[in-house]
Amino acid sequence: MNRLEILRATAAELGAAIAARTVTSVEVTRAFLDQIEAVDGRVHAFLHVDAAGALAQAAAIDERLDGGEKLGPLAGVPLALKDIFCQEGIPTTAGSKTLEGWRPPYDATVTRRLQEAGIVILGKTNMDEFAMGSSTENSAYGPTHNPWDLDRIPGGSGGGSAASLAAFEAPLAMGTDTGGSIRQPGAVTGTVGVKPTYGGTSRYGVIAMASSLDQPGPCARTVLDAALLHEVIAGHDPADSTSIDAPVPPVVEAARSGDVTGLRIGIVTELGGEGYAPGVEQRFREALDLLREAGAEIVEVSCPHFRYALGAYYLIMPSEVSSNLARYDAMRYGLRVGDDGARSTEEVMSLSRAAGFGDEVKRRIMLGTYALSSGYYDAYYGSAQRVRTLIDQDFDAAFQDVDVLVSPATPTTAFKLGERVADPLAMYKSDLCTIPSNMAGNAAGSFPCGLAPEDGLPVGFQVMAPPLADDRVYRVGAALERKLAERWGTGTLTDQLADGEAGAYLNLKEA
Amino acid sequence: MALSPTDVARLAGLARIHLTAEELERMAPQLDVILDAVAEVSQVATHDVPPMSHALPLTNVFRADEVRPSLSAEAVLAAAPDVEENRFRVPRILGEGA
Repeated sequence: MNRLEILRATAAELGAAIAARTVTSVEVTRAFLDQIEAVDGRVHAFLHVDAAGALAQAAAIDERLDGGEKLGPLAGVPLALKDIFCQEGIPTTAGSKTLEGWRPPYDATVTRRLQEAGIVILGKTNMDEFAMGSSTENSAYGPTHNPWDLDRIPGGSGGGSAASLAAFEAPLAMGTDTGGSIRQPGAVTGTVGVKPTYGGTSRYGVIAMASSLDQPGPCARTVLDAALLHEVIAGHDPADSTSIDAPVPPVVEAARSGDVTGLRIGIVTELGGEGYAPGVEQRFREALDLLREAGAEIVEVSCPHFRYALGAYYLIMPSEVSSNLARYDAMRYGLRVGDDGARSTEEVMSLSRAAGFGDEVKRRIMLGTYALSSGYYDAYYGSAQRVRTLIDQDFDAAFQDVDVLVSPATPTTAFKLGERVADPLAMYKSDLCTIPSNMAGNAAGSFPCGLAPEDGLPVGFQVMAPPLADDRVYRVGAALERKLAERWGTGTLTDQLADGEAGAYLNLKEA
Repeated sequence: MALSPTDVARLAGLARIHLTAEELERMAPQLDVILDAVAEVSQVATHDVPPMSHALPLTNVFRADEVRPSLSAEAVLAAAPDVEENRFRVPRILGEGA
């Protein structure tokens, strides 16, 4: 395989070629490292590239395969890891100054499972500080740029992972999703991102933001690649007390099948209309037509309490944030400033947290402190928890009637860098469609469904399924991907970027 | 509800974040706008709706109380801001003259 064939291949194809020994993992890894070298100055998807480590990992896989060992379908395939996953000895910052230079003394369960599957970790990707944001502009290390238009946001918090896929710097990436941090970046970069059922993937070794909502999940350019990665990382982990002890849903089988004949799909009435871009609604409706053509039955379903999800989320999440981030006390690890021998522990702690945290992190910690403080607890945190029940009940009622629910993944396409920085509330609304699934803990994914005619930017189609029915998310995603490929006459949406004018700097066109 | 910079200073104290006067002035109206936007949540659910803390109906998960290998003291202290006699060195924890 030549450079172009490697970069443009799917992860499944690369895995098969490496297993067949028509290409080595070292050759594949080197091609992606070269692409990072060539384009990441513009995209800034990575905070750390571990070239030597990746090549050593790749060489070890090659040696095992040459020795006749049979490894999994993704063995030897490179991946970009969100900088929120601990990887032993590799700088891990979660996008915060507080953790600058920190090297974890252990691996996250997800990191370990990736390595056990023979997946080669290229490096750590940029993100909003502690995963708080929808644009990566809250990263202490500068924003990531959307490969489709470098003046626009790549989504967040996992903007680095999504951008690395769209810029063909990696064929696979890992994200975490607390309120949409996998799905919204997937939507605005034209890539696939899935948030598994809460408890379906392990949070052990994932730097915590809001523990009742955080969930690691796969990012890729195709539905099958995401499913293959899902299968690698999912499954019970005794080190995470909220991990589900049940078989992993048959996600790969569903992604290969893509059969939606007779499937009942419910459009959520409340996730559309005012505030939604015309091109987003148009591509969403066209996707529904394609699914109908593929044999699905489309109905409309009302989930009346979804309109309160954003409000409830911005009470529950900051409350958990204020508690989780208390660990950054400047005593055991992380930034310490002002320790002059005279100041007290409490003073050093306050100065260090002030110096180490960015504005959005401070805002959320203070919101959470307020919502949990005595006298306000019941009105804020208590009410939000009751609204969470109502949202969950809306889902339960809807899933009595339909197999999956669908909506646009985000109300607009990628906005300009800087556009929403001074207006936190406008920024929060990027996650309007994705938050309900985090609140209920069910499975949801975003799949590319075209470019908005008004700005030529990617639109994401969201599929939500009941807890532990993650396979339905992939089934619908695969059906849509197939129908769209037929209609476009190309592979994926990211192939259109690679072949088009906007992606010329990626240098991916046949000479 | 109008949070004043004084209210925000009190919250910052509880959260152990030292904020400058300029940050207090800037953050008070921002927090106010957000709190206003989320306030409707308190009008939606009546007290007969049970609170949901978690997506899964899980109870505590236990494991056997057995000795297992753990990180070495060296690995644990490697990232410490300051180390003394193989321990975390912390600033003084009591008041002056203690």
